[in-house]
Amino acid sequence: MPEETRGIRGGAGDVLLMVGTTKGAFLFRSSGSGAWEVDGPHFPGEEVYAMALDARSGAPTLWAAPGNAFFGTTLRRSDDLGATWSGKDERPVKFPEGSELALKRIWQIRPGRDDERQRMYLGVEPSCLFESTDGGDSWAPVPGFLNHEHRQYWQPGNGGLCMHTILPDPGSHDRVLVAFSTGGVYRSDDGGASWRPRNVGVRAEFLPDKHPEFGQCVHKVVHHPSRPERLFLQNHWGLYRSDDWGDQWTDVANGVPSDFGFAMAMHPHDPDTVYIVPLESDGFRCTPEAKLRVYRTRNAGASWEPLTEGLPQEGAYETVLRDALDTAPTAGGGVYFGTRSGKVYASGDGGDSWSLASDGLPPVVCLKAAALP
Amino acid sequence: MSVTVVLPSQLRELAGGRTSVALDGRPGTVGEALEALRAAAPGVYDRIVTERRELRPHINVFVGREDIRWSGGLGTPLGEGSEVVILPAVSGG
Repeated sequence: MPEETRGIRGGAGDVLLMVGTTKGAFLFRSSGSGAWEVDGPHFPGEEVYAMALDARSGAPTLWAAPGNAFFGTTLRRSDDLGATWSGKDERPVKFPEGSELALKRIWQIRPGRDDERQRMYLGVEPSCLFESTDGGDSWAPVPGFLNHEHRQYWQPGNGGLCMHTILPDPGSHDRVLVAFSTGGVYRSDDGGASWRPRNVGVRAEFLPDKHPEFGQCVHKVVHHPSRPERLFLQNHWGLYRSDDWGDQWTDVANGVPSDFGFAMAMHPHDPDTVYIVPLESDGFRCTPEAKLRVYRTRNAGASWEPLTEGLPQEGAYETVLRDALDTAPTAGGGVYFGTRSGKVYASGDGGDSWSLASDGLPPVVCLKAAALP
Repeated sequence: MSVTVVLPSQLRELAGGRTSVALDGRPGTVGEALEALRAAAPGVYDRIVTERRELRPHINVFVGREDIRWSGGLGTPLGEGSEVVILPAVSGG
């Protein structure tokens, strides 16, 4: 096994990519020159489906959720950009006795609102929302979600019954929206005490009833903090927008080669701009026509355009998973993604052009981008 | 009126292009319907049931709109004109 490495040294404004793979995590840093410093693997041999940078305090804290099928998954923290990781012997994320549930995987690490610096969220498998109110030292499932009456009906797909989206309302401490596969979108308007499905208009191709109240296989939901009520959703077949926090969804698959896909990311500055990577079908799950194309809308889904400059346009049978596309608030708009074939692509101009940041990594299952404070 | 098994698009080629198979013999349960399907379309049967006669993990079976997971599994009773719908489960990534 390779040795765990010593972390990165970054300056304010540098772009940090946290790349989780099936065989460990890698940290990429760039000061904007186009060159990348790569550090890793961290947690060699372990799958890392969730990573995050929490910079709310002004000092960067890295979070990662390494695990494997033998010994389970846990949460690790670094306060020195990966030089050291705490929590090796700790298992702070557990379902309570009596719940008859056991943690399989952590899919999402989400720092809370800016004005709640001690609050953090996790989305886990089997689908549940965990919460910490002490900066990540201790965790507990949100009872209203843990004990939801629909739980017995939620079904896993091949990727598991995973909660992959957590969107706290920046303007209300009471509202949080989550999404998971399968189950769909649920929203709480009372601080997590109760949760209602919000899937009207979202179809479920794999059920006899194509428009059930819940049970949809939603792959990702994003929004922009400046306009939090407007949501964009990549479904297991279907591309949607909601203008009212998910009360109603409208199809916006206007000009995409397929409305199937996993990944979706919001532009860091522009609330009308969203990125996706369409895949040919749920059977093939590779880029259509063997062309690696990111699609961008700049008008909130009214139309989508392919972004191809610097991306391979022949022989590219690529897959980009739900958490492997992200953006960072650089001046030009940084957009980044990783593929199951172990490539990482970067764009510093909002997706107009791309370059290969790395090739030959293990399969990329998550990529989170941030600007260092 | 017999029991009808509705096939997903991925398996229709194995049933001679049919979207559904009408079963003779009036099977009384989903399990009996699948056994009857074995005679009518053996290639389809092998793709939804293992050699241990268990449903494959990512295959869902409905009677009407009810998932048989919640209604008795392969022992779910069928009535005159029941429609058994076979659909692949989603396979997240």
